[in-house]
Amino acid sequence: MSILDSKIPEGPLAQKWSKHKAEIKVVSPANKRKLDVIVIGTGLGGASAAASLGELGYNVKVFCISDSPRRAHSIAAQGGINAAKNYQNDNDSVFRLFYDTIKGGDYRAREANVYRLAEVANSIIDQCVAQGVPFARDYGGLLDNRSFGGAQVSRTFYARGQTGQQLLLGAYAALNRQVNKGSVKSYPRYEMLDLVVVDGKARGIIARNLVTGAIERFGAHAVVIASGGYGNVFFLSTNAMNSNGSAAWQCYKKGAMFANPCFTQIHPTCIPVHGDQQSKLTLMSESLRNDGRIWVPKKESDVAKLRSGAIKASQIPEEDRDYYLERRYPAFGNLVPRDVASRAAKERCDAGFGVNSTGLAVYLDFSTAIKRLGRNVIEQRYGNLFQMYEKITDVNPYDEPMMIYPAVHYTMGGIWVDYNLMTTIPGLYAIGEANFSDHGANRLGASALMQGLADGYFVLPYTIGDYLSHEIQSPKVDTNAPEFVAAEKAIREKIAKLFSVNGTLSPDDIHKELGHIMWDNVGMARSEESLKKALVEIPKLREKFWKNVRVAGKGEEFNQELEKALRLADFLEMGELMARDALNRNESCGGHFRVEYQTSEGETLRDDQNYAYVAIWEYKGDAEPVMYKEELKFEAVKLAQRNYKD
Amino acid sequence: MNFTLKVWRQASPKAKGEFKTYQVSNISPDTSFLEMLDILNNNLIHEGQDPVAFDHDCREGICGACSLFINGHAHGPDTLITTCQLHMRKFKDGETITIEPWRSAAFPVIKDLVVNRQAFDQILQSGGFISVNTGGVPDANAIPISKKDADESMDAAACIGCGACVATCKNGSAMLFVAARVSSLAKLPQGRIEAARRAKAMVAKMDELGFGACTNTGACEAECPKGISIAHIARLNREFLSAKFQD
Repeated sequence: MSILDSKIPEGPLAQKWSKHKAEIKVVSPANKRKLDVIVIGTGLGGASAAASLGELGYNVKVFCISDSPRRAHSIAAQGGINAAKNYQNDNDSVFRLFYDTIKGGDYRAREANVYRLAEVANSIIDQCVAQGVPFARDYGGLLDNRSFGGAQVSRTFYARGQTGQQLLLGAYAALNRQVNKGSVKSYPRYEMLDLVVVDGKARGIIARNLVTGAIERFGAHAVVIASGGYGNVFFLSTNAMNSNGSAAWQCYKKGAMFANPCFTQIHPTCIPVHGDQQSKLTLMSESLRNDGRIWVPKKESDVAKLRSGAIKASQIPEEDRDYYLERRYPAFGNLVPRDVASRAAKERCDAGFGVNSTGLAVYLDFSTAIKRLGRNVIEQRYGNLFQMYEKITDVNPYDEPMMIYPAVHYTMGGIWVDYNLMTTIPGLYAIGEANFSDHGANRLGASALMQGLADGYFVLPYTIGDYLSHEIQSPKVDTNAPEFVAAEKAIREKIAKLFSVNGTLSPDDIHKELGHIMWDNVGMARSEESLKKALVEIPKLREKFWKNVRVAGKGEEFNQELEKALRLADFLEMGELMARDALNRNESCGGHFRVEYQTSEGETLRDDQNYAYVAIWEYKGDAEPVMYKEELKFEAVKLAQRNYKD
Repeated sequence: MNFTLKVWRQASPKAKGEFKTYQVSNISPDTSFLEMLDILNNNLIHEGQDPVAFDHDCREGICGACSLFINGHAHGPDTLITTCQLHMRKFKDGETITIEPWRSAAFPVIKDLVVNRQAFDQILQSGGFISVNTGGVPDANAIPISKKDADESMDAAACIGCGACVATCKNGSAMLFVAARVSSLAKLPQGRIEAARRAKAMVAKMDELGFGACTNTGACEAECPKGISIAHIARLNREFLSAKFQD
């Protein structure tokens, strides 16, 4: 199908991007001034893209649902950002970063995109330093690095435990500079509710002013979706409360195809669930696995005593502890990739060795590192994370190990894009977590920040010019066109329909139910049976939602319940597509673990013969979606069973 | 645990607000303050009432969205945390808890406990950046920065822009917020180049937007969830004065 042309440039892997850049068209400064671009979202991808496009001279409108662009969820990323600078002289290289990322993604990502990501990563670090991002430094004044999962080199740059915050503040500052210059107009507290397609091209959006409730139309020559992932379909996740998949989902329903929706990352180190009133889960940075050792007791009798509170973890002697990651994966130890660490934790807890009252927790212990390095070194490295842990749990992690358990964190799946980051709708782009392209079936730690900024600073600003060079004759988009009128009318009707239900359940009540269905059936361990069950239960819940939801207040005002209901309506559809995709993929890879397909040691068992493809779904209204395949061709790496043992 | 809540309710920016009293019961001490409000809201929805609007997002103390003046303190009685990190174990069973929005002329109420903090964006837009375009910058290690300077810059950069400093200040001053940004960039060689211009532009914008003057009471530092030091205000004053001398 021509529509799914991934447009990967010919030629050797290492030269594809340079060659492509040389061949694509550019737009003259005079013409850039005539072109409008809409950017949805102000996380690392959106803010860096909006700022860079503004610098180039395009007229940019940038929208975010928060009260300030600075609050996008990228801000919460803790640990770091990868780049192959090889500052540590540990034999890192662009190829090694590329290889680790492909392997970490369990060979389900596109080689050309990943190579480009590794290639531009170094420029990101330069850019951020120039913007004044206060990365950690050594006494000589040069940049420091730490290690992250899935890598045997130290290539992660960091700013204490607030790397995402600092990088986002850098991109936000670049954005502010353009707002000041007038090249970017910022629309905080606006939510995109629909994409407008005119003559087959993305031409604008319908958005709701979240303060007044007004439904407004915005036109542009291109639309960039940088709205993040859809992890909140699970209700409980490490995503921010307002993170949602709706902008991406509206694009899907307008014809942008959706790729690998089932690829969800479960992060191994989160604070365990404490009760049924919990609203979200808190991540404890992967960087902690540099110095923290993960274990459960060897003896069941110790487990019982821990659960009853008769003993504390620190009282269990060294020889009675099972450092199961070090035992199972000697070469990578505690720094195996996230999917591997998560499954290993689940395996121990399922076997009855979980250490808290719910049986769903393992220890992350710093006592060895504190003994080796001293408490003040650990405090310098992770002080804010330790404080955060103590505030939430009331336990001091300097004295007793942290308790952690896996939780939903990131979605590798997303809107399908070609090499130019353009979706199947001409003029519609997707960047950052919102697209599918770089992380395969599992994202490595410190790579999300890298991808968001790579797309926004160094990829999209080039590739969008190629498309916009054909738009220089297009007049300003007329938002009175029938397509805009129709899209706005549909939104107004949807909102009216939501209020008219006037049932008895709050959006949160139903969202929690959806979360249970998703976690139990489409979570860390999936089976044909559980997925078929989800495919029955989700539509039933969706019906219940449309029959029994209660949306308080009215549409023409600040109304957080309406926001929740609109997002939940989409989650109730997305969950089903995730289950469908997981059922189709009869193999295990990365974060997608089908219990039927595992090695005798419980590792993922891929089927490269039949499933080395991107599963791409096309919306078909009330009928079932149709799946297309993009075959993944591996030329630079050899497909192999992932090995983190030796 | 059971609590009586006195919550500020205000339907819209122009409407007259008032305190309303609600009861919540069977709250676990491990519940966060915002989860307690979620429970209240779910109850209100089930009773057919309008839930309480409040800003929140990451619930990890980093996005700066949550606000709330709780029993007279920005972000509540605990120190060095935001409201979303506050847990009910910090309160006494049966306690009456008063919950208000940030109160400042520069932060008008939108609804209930939600305020408009766009003035902060406007201050940063006026000069809170280093003027570099994407691309064409030197290698990251080409600019060595002493660990001490990088650490101090990071201390100031920890500001989350929540507005607790303004809400706490009796003058409604934004000096700590402005100082944190000015100081963070001024500590770095790449930020020094336009340090004077930055300080002047941001202070002028702050004044223009109706924030009050700083009278050095130190209340902002005491309530700042990130422990931003008022030493940064001294640095801002130095930057500002030297900029004025250069004029």
